[in-house]
Amino acid sequence: MADPTTPRSFQEIILRLQSYWAEKGCAIMQPYDMEVGAGTFHPATTLRSLGSNHWAAAYVQPSRRPTDGRYGENPNRLQHYYQYQVLIKPSPPDLQDLYLGSLRAIGIDTDIHDIRFVEDDWESPTLGAWGLGWEVWCDGMEVSQFTYFQQVGGHDCHPVSGELTYGLERLAMYVLGIDHVMDMPFNDPDAPIALKYGDVFRQTEEEYSRHNFDVATTETLLKHFEDAESECKHILDQAADDPKTDKRIIMAHPAYDQAIKASHVFNLLDARGVISVTERQAYIGRVRALTKMCADAFVQTEAGGADAA
Amino acid sequence: MPDLLLELFSEEIPARMQGKAADDLKRLLTDGLVEAGLTYASAGAFATPRRLVLTVEGLTDASPTTTEERRGPKVGAPDKAIEGFLRGAGVAREDLVEREEKKGAFYFAQVTTEGRPAADIIADLVPGVIRNFPWPKSMRWGSGSLRWVRPLQSILCILSDEAGVEVVPIEVDGFTSGNTTEGHRFMAPGRFAVSSFADYETKLRAAKVVLSAEARAETIWHDATTMAFAAGLEVVEDKGLLAEVAGLVEWPVVLMGDIGEDFLGLPAEVLQTSMREHQKFFSVRNPATGRIERFITVANRETADQGATIIAGNAKVLSARLADAKFFWDNDLRIARDGMGTWREGLKNVTFERRLGTQAERVERIAALAREIAPMVGADPTAAETAARIAKADLNSEMVYEFPELQGVMGKYYVLEAGLDPDIAAVAEEHYAPLGPTDDVPTGPLSIAVALADKLDLLTGFWAIDEKPTGSKDPFALRRAALGVTRIVEANGLRLSLDRFFDAQLVRHKGALIEDVQNDEVLDLLREIADHGVFGAAFRAVKDARGKASNGLEEMASQVPDKSDDLLAFFHDRLKVHLRSENIRHDVIDAALSKPPTDDLTLVVARARALQAFLDTPDGENLIQGYKRSANILAQAEEKDGVEYRFGADAKFAETDEERALFAALEAANTAITPAMADERFADAMTAMAKLRAPIDAFFEAVQVNADNDIVRRNRLNLLHDITQTCGAIADLTRIEG
Repeated sequence: MADPTTPRSFQEIILRLQSYWAEKGCAIMQPYDMEVGAGTFHPATTLRSLGSNHWAAAYVQPSRRPTDGRYGENPNRLQHYYQYQVLIKPSPPDLQDLYLGSLRAIGIDTDIHDIRFVEDDWESPTLGAWGLGWEVWCDGMEVSQFTYFQQVGGHDCHPVSGELTYGLERLAMYVLGIDHVMDMPFNDPDAPIALKYGDVFRQTEEEYSRHNFDVATTETLLKHFEDAESECKHILDQAADDPKTDKRIIMAHPAYDQAIKASHVFNLLDARGVISVTERQAYIGRVRALTKMCADAFVQTEAGGADAA
Repeated sequence: MPDLLLELFSEEIPARMQGKAADDLKRLLTDGLVEAGLTYASAGAFATPRRLVLTVEGLTDASPTTTEERRGPKVGAPDKAIEGFLRGAGVAREDLVEREEKKGAFYFAQVTTEGRPAADIIADLVPGVIRNFPWPKSMRWGSGSLRWVRPLQSILCILSDEAGVEVVPIEVDGFTSGNTTEGHRFMAPGRFAVSSFADYETKLRAAKVVLSAEARAETIWHDATTMAFAAGLEVVEDKGLLAEVAGLVEWPVVLMGDIGEDFLGLPAEVLQTSMREHQKFFSVRNPATGRIERFITVANRETADQGATIIAGNAKVLSARLADAKFFWDNDLRIARDGMGTWREGLKNVTFERRLGTQAERVERIAALAREIAPMVGADPTAAETAARIAKADLNSEMVYEFPELQGVMGKYYVLEAGLDPDIAAVAEEHYAPLGPTDDVPTGPLSIAVALADKLDLLTGFWAIDEKPTGSKDPFALRRAALGVTRIVEANGLRLSLDRFFDAQLVRHKGALIEDVQNDEVLDLLREIADHGVFGAAFRAVKDARGKASNGLEEMASQVPDKSDDLLAFFHDRLKVHLRSENIRHDVIDAALSKPPTDDLTLVVARARALQAFLDTPDGENLIQGYKRSANILAQAEEKDGVEYRFGADAKFAETDEERALFAALEAANTAITPAMADERFADAMTAMAKLRAPIDAFFEAVQVNADNDIVRRNRLNLLHDITQTCGAIADLTRIEG
């Protein structure tokens, strides 16, 4: 089943995960086209974990954490990185075995490595979400987060989704035996034009680090935050019945886009160092309020499990 | 007599929850069995990362059949009442008998409860135990509604005896029990059947699972110490980590690895913390140098390469972690050598608590109070102020940001690096102490001054904004702070008037909180007030000297004394809890607190200890009775006569030898007690008081206090008053219960 050979590049690991989870029946989705802090923010996870409809999706999600920028110099830290995300609802009874199969698929021999499930309760204050699970350790290194969602957007999850999140760069560096992320082969090292991770991302890490820490205009960002917040509310304030089509159209996704936007702007403001400890809590609370409203709206929709009216 | 084996097999149970879960399983199940009428010889519970297991040996086959008589309605009661009774008792009308009772004739029924087989009882009991299991946190999974700590995967439940084995049929939320389980996830996959607990334990071991957590911990510790010893090194003991690691593995394999040469210069605390917190590694020390040189990790499996891959992976992860730590350390050292100015400046941007201001403001308040406390504890005021100003600078260091638990420890290194005295460096580490009830308390004068100031500032601050602990809520650990102050005072035998420092610090807090007193002139005034011992009087004096005070000052004047008293009462409550461990009763402490000054905790404790020791002797107990009898007779007489008998007991009116002996004994006692109390020799005072026991007992034996002769009676009542005065010299004995 699993390809016994060791992968040779970052992209090969991604491709193997894609085909593994496709083979296990997941819909292979594409990254969400917005700036998010983690794969969980993708509506294919956040919103689809709500309601009673069954769901199985896997995807790569570029993720941004402005405060983690290190100008491309730190061997492990990046302000832009990739997560691989799997969400299956209801969580299947053999999810741990499926997960271990995915490690074998990317060349981790579970007969010589020490794989461990170590308690880690997951909580996202901005998503109003929490779950129980583990961080998965391979020889002492955290290679994935494994979570059974209990609540999202303030709603209890019924059925419960199982979520797997792989930090792709770290995992790939481990599998490929690379010490500095920028040295990691992006495509095959024997390809006619062999590219390393640094060829693709060193410059952008520099550019974004400078921008995030020192240049992003805080007044503009503060305004963006307010705008996203009010737009989100504006969208959800609309009557469910669309006067033009006479259809019932609750715009949970467009509203949720605004919540994502607000969350990312908050992260940028945080990186600019203009948010005090107390304000921080207040901002997180505001984003959570938006996500919760979007979740409330989503569960009124067909995809959210509401009976088709 | 069958044996029961129950295994609840699940996905990985958090290590910290396993021990209590095993205990809970045993308690809930065995309680349930006994309640249902079964008895058993012995029971044991076990936990591994993937299973909770209970074994009950020598269980009775069935619960006994029991018969009880139940009284029904009165004879002649309405049919409805009788039918109801019949239904409840499960008997027919003709089974009822009538019998005459005191209150009339009643129906009686013999109700028989049939015994039930053990298997039925267990099958009924287990689902409830599973559904209501007291996990600290539990979860749902899939489409089910069952809650467990992590998804439950299978239930094994069998009853076995010489005759054979039967599966106890348990059904809960779609799970049905069987007689099979699984071994080690990686080393021995696949299910197997078991026929008894002994068979289970043996087969598990063959399937690479050590059932007992103690056995796993022993193996780990044994192998780790042996391995370190063989390399001429020693493992740093860490019981908490050992228990945790034993809960992370079913088949422990101890492996030792090297710490990169680059990192050996990091402080031992940094290496230990990083390895323990992030990687759950044990530290391995060179006994000759005290340096941490290697790590020990515990894997959950054997491998064909003898763990080489696992060690290499762990060493690599550790290197990445320590590279971060070394980066922080090197950056921090630069700032430390510069005098930590940027960190101290940075504390101005760190909110301590919204109303109580920034960490920088808190540090200034602590420094001011430490200066005032210093002379009382033998420390130099200026040094105390300097030490307080620098003690929290490390909160802004990168290392403490990464490892908050290293606050203070890093401070000590950085203060030394800044070129300050070791005494001042020690304050950075010691001023947080004691954190737990058994931690060491600081003993150096500077550390004492700053540690007290730190805790008193915390307590008075939250008192000033009315955020006192309530019930189980104590988010700022104020109880711990009060206990810390008490233990520092007690362990060092400090004689402090705490009240004065409460006032001084409450004034500082209120001064910052009340807007219209935040100007310089008023702050001068506040300093003057703080320098006086008694807030109320000092405040009045200062106000009189300055003319009309502002509204803010009036507010402060009205609040500070109340809050100060309330905080002292909180200390007294904590003292009672603290002294309970010494078996000093709360009423004894109340009695000791009835004599001022009650804010001198050393004095209060000494008094309470002497009193408790005295009460623990037969003399003490009897004397209390004599004292109470005296006080009661006196109080009754005073109430009846409407006068107070307080003066003028005179031996010349004594009529009996016992009376005269008591006069003499009281005089002798007073002669001994007065100087003993003045010297705070409470045990001596108690010894003198103990000598009163016999004369007082003899007096009550022989003498009628309420004599017919009014002069004699008055004299005796006055004598009773003398008894209460002498005995009450050390404490108010009426507070003693019993």
